[in-house]
Formats: sequence, structure tokens, C-alpha cells
Amino acid sequence: MADNAEILSGLAEIVEEVAGIDTAEVTPEKSFIDDLDIDSLSMVEIAVQAEDKFGVKIPDEQLAELKTVGDAVDYIAKNQ
Amino acid sequence: MTSRLRLPTALPGARLSGLGSVQPDNVVTNEDLAVRMDTEDAWIRDRVGIQSRRIAEQDQTLVDMASEAGSRAVKDAGLTPNEIDTVIVATCTMPNFIPNAAAQTAERIGIPAPGAFDLNAACAGFCFGVGSAADLVRGGSSRHALVIGAEKLSDWLDWTDRSTAIIFADGAGAAVISTAQDAESVGVGPVTWGSAGDMSQAIRIDVETNALHQEGQAVFRWATTKVAPVALRAIELAGLTPADIDVFVPHQANLRIIEAVAKRLRAKGARDDMRVADDIIHSGNTSSASIPLALDHMRADGRARSGDTVLLVGFGAGLSYAGQVIVMP
Repeated sequence: MADNAEILSGLAEIVEEVAGIDTAEVTPEKSFIDDLDIDSLSMVEIAVQAEDKFGVKIPDEQLAELKTVGDAVDYIAKNQ
Repeated sequence: MTSRLRLPTALPGARLSGLGSVQPDNVVTNEDLAVRMDTEDAWIRDRVGIQSRRIAEQDQTLVDMASEAGSRAVKDAGLTPNEIDTVIVATCTMPNFIPNAAAQTAERIGIPAPGAFDLNAACAGFCFGVGSAADLVRGGSSRHALVIGAEKLSDWLDWTDRSTAIIFADGAGAAVISTAQDAESVGVGPVTWGSAGDMSQAIRIDVETNALHQEGQAVFRWATTKVAPVALRAIELAGLTPADIDVFVPHQANLRIIEAVAKRLRAKGARDDMRVADDIIHSGNTSSASIPLALDHMRADGRARSGDTVLLVGFGAGLSYAGQVIVMP
């Protein structure tokens, strides 16, 4: 089980790989769409990789609810 | 104990002996579409990777395109039409269910009275057709089978729907599958195929509108996760490893899906110099036609050469998927 800091850094690596955004930019208060400019298809790629990495399920309906990086970290922490 | 029924002698296998394709002359760019609907070039390039596509005129039918592509493939195989004994047209966009495309296409090419049938596995149709044809040939039911992927998707689009009208296009591609008389000449590997009927509604033609509808996000997720395992299975069935693949021709659905799948294959050992089809950029998504179109175009520009080991993977509505490894003639 990864703690929140580990989830954040793991998620930041995925975001960097999928969307080319520096890991330092991926902080909990950032909105994926409004701040990081990540589109819906990239969000799916991020979700798929996060599922593999953290052993969670992130269905599309749930994905739409994860507005910020912090939302995603919390969701993964609760469901891993 | 011998069989009560006489069967033909099974052959070592099948090979791909010819290729051909055709596209409509009419080029539709992203800028052309931006005039008709709320979209823009950068958005389309970014989401699906398409810069332009070919859309048939009203009077150019699916059978016109299938016949032209099929004729070219027969000629490319060094055959005359009367040597073809089976014609399979993979399509999901005929204007009507009856008559089928295959019989009239065969007649137009000048193939006398072949076994002729249509096959609907949507964007996976060409790989289903090649797999079926290869087994017909290997089992002794056919000597030379013509497999054509032909689509006129423009007839089934809502031209105000920017989620589909920017993606789909028209065209036809064909391959001749012939008997391989000895083990060395076998050039079509075993097919791996399957379906996901639980997701049947994710890509469909709506009954009320007669227009293609796609749940883009769900399909994108399915394709980016499920296609690579199909590709790897096809490689395994052929007795190869990912590093053996020279050319990868997945269905041209979306450049981002293609890149995501290629990346997964490279993570499993596919080479960095594996040439990956990107025909969608100028052809759009032509469903069952996209794989033979891409392969024929890659041969023309020198990226697919005689003797190359080529991985084909189709996937789409059904949902359906199929793949096999072939050797370029």
C-alpha cells in the first residue's frame, strides 16, 4: 500500500509520461483540465496506467469526478 | 479409421500473394470540415491525428471501390480473375443488406461464379477475412481467395456531429490469399480473434438517425488496453517474438491509440525501428479498409518491403478484434 506522498509522486510520473508535464507541476491543488491542460483521452491513458501501477479500478464515470490531482490521490488511497 | 466423407488434402498453409487499394479522389481537409461544423484543425490533429481524409462522391459506390481495389490485388498477384475462386468482402456500410457486395464485386472484376460472401466484423473485418481465407486455402476449399475491405462510411455519418464526422472516411483495400505449397512459402500466420459483446452499444448505427455513434472515451480505453494483448497473441501463435516484427499495421482508428499500442509492444520487446502504420493522417478511419490501405501505401513508399514480417491487428464495432502475422509478398 502506497501512502499519499508515494501516490502523488507515482501519479506525477504517469502524468509526465502521458502528457509531457514536468512532475514538479503535478501538485494536489492543480486541476487536470484547467491547470494542466490535459484532455479527456489523456485522462483515460493516465487512469489506465494508474490502475496498473496502484491496483485500483478507475471507471470512466469515476474518472469524470476526479477534477484535481488531489482528488485522484485521495481516490487511489481509498481504493487501493 | 478413415473418414466416411472424402475431404481435400490439407496444404501446408497460405500466403499473401497480392495487394491493391483505392481511395476516392476527393480530399477533405480539417479546414474544409471547420467550415461545416464547430471544429478546428489543431483540435482534430491533437485528438485523432488526422490531417485529411478521402470522401467518395455520391455516384461512387462501395462496390465501385471494392471492384477497383480487388482488380488491382488480383493483377498484383500475377493472376487472372478466373483463377480466383472465393471472394470475401469485409464491410459494414453497404447501402442495403441485399444484395451483398461480394457477388457483384466479383462480377465486376470478371471472376466467374466464385463463392462470394460479405463479412461484418466492422473495423476488424479485414483480419477476420484474411484469417477465414487462409483457413479455406489451407483446408483445400479454395486456391486463391480475394479478401476486400471496402467502406463508404460517409453514407452513415451525421455531418453535424463533430465527434464522428471528423474521423471516418471512404476507401477500399484488398489482398489475395493463395495456397502455400511448401512450409517455406507459408506467409499467413494463425489468426487470433474474439469479441466483447458486452460492449456492443459502444459503437453503433443509431436506428433513429441512421448515423454512426461512438462512445469515444470507452472505446479509447478498450483499445488502448485490449489491442496490445491481441497483437502479442498473434505473434506468439506464429511462433515469433515481438522483436521479429518489421512492420506493424494496426487498424487506423486514432493515431493516439496506434501510438499507445506500439508503445506497449515495444515495452514487450518490439524493436524501436519497427515501422508503424500512420496512414490515418491522410486517409482517416476507413474501418475494414484501413489495414490493406495502410499496407499498400507503406509498400508504395518503401516502408513495407518484400519478405518483411508484418503484424496486422483489427479492432472495432462488435466489439470485435482479430490479428495475424503475415509475410510481405
